[in-house]
Amino acid sequence: MSLDAAAVQAKIEAKFPGKIPSAELEVVDPFLFVEVDAIVDVCTYLRDDPELAFDMLHCHSAVDYLPPKNPEEARLEVVLHLTSLKHRHWIVIKVKLPRANATMPTLENVWPTANWHEREAFDLFGIQFEGHSDFRHLLLPDDWPGFPLLKDWVWPEEWHGIAVKPTAKMAERAQQGEQIGIGPFD
Amino acid sequence: MSTQTQYKDLEPDETYAFKPEDLEEGEMILNMGPQHPSTHGVLRIELKTDGEVVNDARPHIGYLHRNFEKHAENIDYQGVIPFTDRMDYVGSMANSLSYAVAVEKLMGIELNERVECIRVIVSELQRIASHLLAIGTYGLDIGAFTPFLHSFVEREKILDLFEWLCGARLLYNYNWVGGVSHDLPEGWTGRAKVFLDQFSPVIEELDELLSHNKIFTARTATVGIIPPELAVGYALTGPNLRGSGIKWDIRKEDPYCGYEKYDFDVPVGQGRYGPIGSCWDRYYVRVDEMRQSVRILRQALDQLPAEGDVHESVPKRVKPKPGEAYGRTEAPRGELGFYVISDGSLIPMRVKGRSPCFVAMSIFHEIAKGEMLADMIAIIGSLDIVLGEIDR
Repeated sequence: MSLDAAAVQAKIEAKFPGKIPSAELEVVDPFLFVEVDAIVDVCTYLRDDPELAFDMLHCHSAVDYLPPKNPEEARLEVVLHLTSLKHRHWIVIKVKLPRANATMPTLENVWPTANWHEREAFDLFGIQFEGHSDFRHLLLPDDWPGFPLLKDWVWPEEWHGIAVKPTAKMAERAQQGEQIGIGPFD
Repeated sequence: MSTQTQYKDLEPDETYAFKPEDLEEGEMILNMGPQHPSTHGVLRIELKTDGEVVNDARPHIGYLHRNFEKHAENIDYQGVIPFTDRMDYVGSMANSLSYAVAVEKLMGIELNERVECIRVIVSELQRIASHLLAIGTYGLDIGAFTPFLHSFVEREKILDLFEWLCGARLLYNYNWVGGVSHDLPEGWTGRAKVFLDQFSPVIEELDELLSHNKIFTARTATVGIIPPELAVGYALTGPNLRGSGIKWDIRKEDPYCGYEKYDFDVPVGQGRYGPIGSCWDRYYVRVDEMRQSVRILRQALDQLPAEGDVHESVPKRVKPKPGEAYGRTEAPRGELGFYVISDGSLIPMRVKGRSPCFVAMSIFHEIAKGEMLADMIAIIGSLDIVLGEIDR
């Protein structure tokens, strides 16, 4: 029997009281926030409980919130989209993390697919995952400066002698009518 | 200062996942790729081998990384579509469809029936084209050259139809938020029906040529076994999941574009020549899916409503209210999802692409263990990966 988000919330609340600080049920895809210290236990429960049986973590994303108007809301979020193949229902779980030194425990032992997704989240957002078995860069070069999907990431001028941004010299040449792109030739 | 010396500054344990001091006696580290004909792109696989047996494997990806997600945070919603086309460049129609479905879900846009029907037609044609490429090159990897030529002849006919439809052969920018870029040209449906009539026998021909060939089954039916629990744990989707015997198809589970109106089956791996979940099962699910796609296409071409403006629901300005939505479709390679967050401006705050190939590649080290070196090629080909989508 498939459950809706409110029923899932009620079940988690009963098992782990106070671990859901807030939830949004009246939106397109309802989501629940879970405290970071309980995330592994909650996820294991979500996977193993026969009525919930969320056996597939089908999307794992990190999001950087840095609203310019209210800086106190700045945070990183890890968003888990979970599906149950057995009951054909799904839920969105979110974890709030501080922007500085964001750390959360790995979910690799709950769903093995989290392994690569967490490496990707580290690569692009700099989130550390404690207890990860193979924590290395995945998509970016090992010495890439910074974490590019953070909203306040600064473009490097160049990387190993390769112009990353259009340089002033290139702009001058473009002003004179030359057809150029951005690449490792300037 | 040359760039060469700077590259050498990298920590060696970052470049290599396996360390020489951890090797057992008789083991060696072998790099397969980044330039290897069977990897279908630029993929490097670090193998720990003992003679011809692979003890462990670590894929290294990112050679094609362009970070389309960062691009997407700097352009408007419609402008993201050409970037999504370039993720899985042999299944572009499916990518832009998935993104369009996500943004439409976020904005609550309803489409008219003609647009939905056209989208079903193009995405099923794209599925056939993509599976033809997968099957043809898979045969090529294993050593069968002829099926490759036959499948590419057919794929070319589909690309011709797409070129007639929107002017492009590979990267279409066809599915827009709220509609499609061009209506079907006059006579297009007739030509598509002619294609289907001549294509149906070709599937059987390909089947006889490759699927039940003794050498081919011997190379594929006992290697790369993915047990169902492992497939679900690693969140495989599409033919890779169904090859392990699990009936799961987004077109049935979470229908979009009116897929619930069509009558079709979801083929799963049967374990005909070996254990369920082998390379052969994944391959054969693709063959069966082409048959089902033909069935859907025949129904869609017959049911296509004559009336309906394809630009009717295209918004003048795509400016969703603050919120988020996850839209997913069954792309040729599995569940392709886009997680779109809006902050109420004209530019998306975050677009995350959930790539089926990325997930399929992450299971590689589990199934490569204990197989022979030559089987690596059979396993990579059976996962049907496109590196443009893995690296994004």
